[in-house]
Amino acid sequence: MNRETAVHVPMEVEELETEPITLNIGPQHPSTHGVFRMKVQLQGETIVALEPILGYLHRCQEKLAEGHTYLQSIPYTDRLDYICSMTNNHAYVLAVEKLAGIEVPRRAECIRVIMDELTRLLNHALAVGFLLNDMGAWLTPVQYGLREREKILDLFEMASGSRMMCNYMRFGGVAHDLPEGFMPLLRKVVAEFPGFIDEYERFLTTNEILLSRCKYVGILPPDRAIAYGVTGPVLRASGVPYDVRKVDRYSLYGEIDFDVPIGTVGDVYDRYLVRIYEMRQSVRILEQAIRMLEETPPGDIQSKVPRSLKPPIGEAYGRIESPKGELGFYLVSDGSEKPYRWRVRAPSFVNLTPLEEMCRGHKVADIVLILGSIDITMAEVDR
Amino acid sequence: MTDAEWIALRDRMARALPAGAFEEGPADGVIHVQPRSLLYVGRYLLETEGFDYLSNVTGVDWLAEGEFEVVYHLYAMRRGARIARGEDPGGPLGPLVLKVRVPRERPVVPSVTSLWPSALWQEREVYDLMGIRFEGHPDLRRIYLWDEYEDHPLRKDYAPKED
Repeated sequence: MNRETAVHVPMEVEELETEPITLNIGPQHPSTHGVFRMKVQLQGETIVALEPILGYLHRCQEKLAEGHTYLQSIPYTDRLDYICSMTNNHAYVLAVEKLAGIEVPRRAECIRVIMDELTRLLNHALAVGFLLNDMGAWLTPVQYGLREREKILDLFEMASGSRMMCNYMRFGGVAHDLPEGFMPLLRKVVAEFPGFIDEYERFLTTNEILLSRCKYVGILPPDRAIAYGVTGPVLRASGVPYDVRKVDRYSLYGEIDFDVPIGTVGDVYDRYLVRIYEMRQSVRILEQAIRMLEETPPGDIQSKVPRSLKPPIGEAYGRIESPKGELGFYLVSDGSEKPYRWRVRAPSFVNLTPLEEMCRGHKVADIVLILGSIDITMAEVDR
Repeated sequence: MTDAEWIALRDRMARALPAGAFEEGPADGVIHVQPRSLLYVGRYLLETEGFDYLSNVTGVDWLAEGEFEVVYHLYAMRRGARIARGEDPGGPLGPLVLKVRVPRERPVVPSVTSLWPSALWQEREVYDLMGIRFEGHPDLRRIYLWDEYEDHPLRKDYAPKED
């Protein structure tokens, strides 16, 4: 085609402007990880503004807890982030133990660390699987994650009697000792898990589609991540090695040797990679925790705590590194058997705050991916 | 925060801030601030003392005393991140608890979103459930409950309506 024929293209076409449009994503949408709505302003396919709308799952759990005794609230914590009931239990009992000054036997601490790290493994296996879901690899990758999760849920069922709503930890320890047959199965799961991570990585880490979708998408610079109070793998992907297990050294984490993996760019790909490396570290922690448990002589798994617990007047803030970030409970006691104030600092909620900043300038299809990379549970966001 | 770190921090604050800007709480690591000096003390803690991470913002309704209390939990994240690198953090890690009290009839507290953007949604949550207004918040709307709703369920005198 020479220059003369090309002139026939009407010049106005290039100058056509598009009207900004408003698009609702959710509240019922498979990519929103629960009932969550995003009001998105688009210029063509590019995101100009994004407003998250929450509250569809709000049940005012903090008010409910004011009507319950301290002990009665443990099963309610299972239902915050229902993927990670064990870590929710741990954060809550930690806060109550701080409030009432309760000691925990070493054997129970070993069991808690084991349960926490198993929860981290299953959460990250699912988070990576669902990220691939959001990328369009519908349900196949997540099946592998679910397969591994089932093995861990078997362990939870043996210990607590329930697969998801474990309700396992108690003030001053755990509800039951580990049953016979638990340790051999645990050792098997821990020994086989690195094979699964390798399998996942072989398919994903250098996958060209994954790289082109995730690299340099949804970047959150470290300064912004700190300002927004983002925690967990999202913060570490931005290059800030802040880990409550290292800072607070709660439970037995002060004695355990592990590394804190960090990203360099802070994009979706780094969040994926940080989760993969955190799973490898969790396996390391589990190996040490198993050894510690075996070295601890059998004995109490719970210290003596009165059935109707009345903590002294005061307040406590207990926090742990849950798989999604810093999970904290702020409790105020008026000396009665019910808490005066029961507050949950949910990582999913705070980590969502910079969503608009991460999405602006990207394409519509990237919203789903960026949201997936934050790894939220709406039950915890809305409470 | 260790005892020594708390005492040192308290002394530095007493020297740097005007008299009466803050009061020590009953427990270690707790500081009471008047609403009018909240942003001043907050800026000092953020910029000079390195408490760059506002973890938790919440409200407590002290009905018998006729007051609302807003509670802020502060940590030093950049210092805390040094631990994982095997370095000495070189200062207190937190938690530092900041408390502001306002009368229940006029529940207005200055917003700290200009210092710590992590308060953006948490202050909206406190406004929604407790009914404390944050002056200077860029977008103070209900976050969970619908806009037409008139009550604040976390208040101690809240009674659910039957309908």
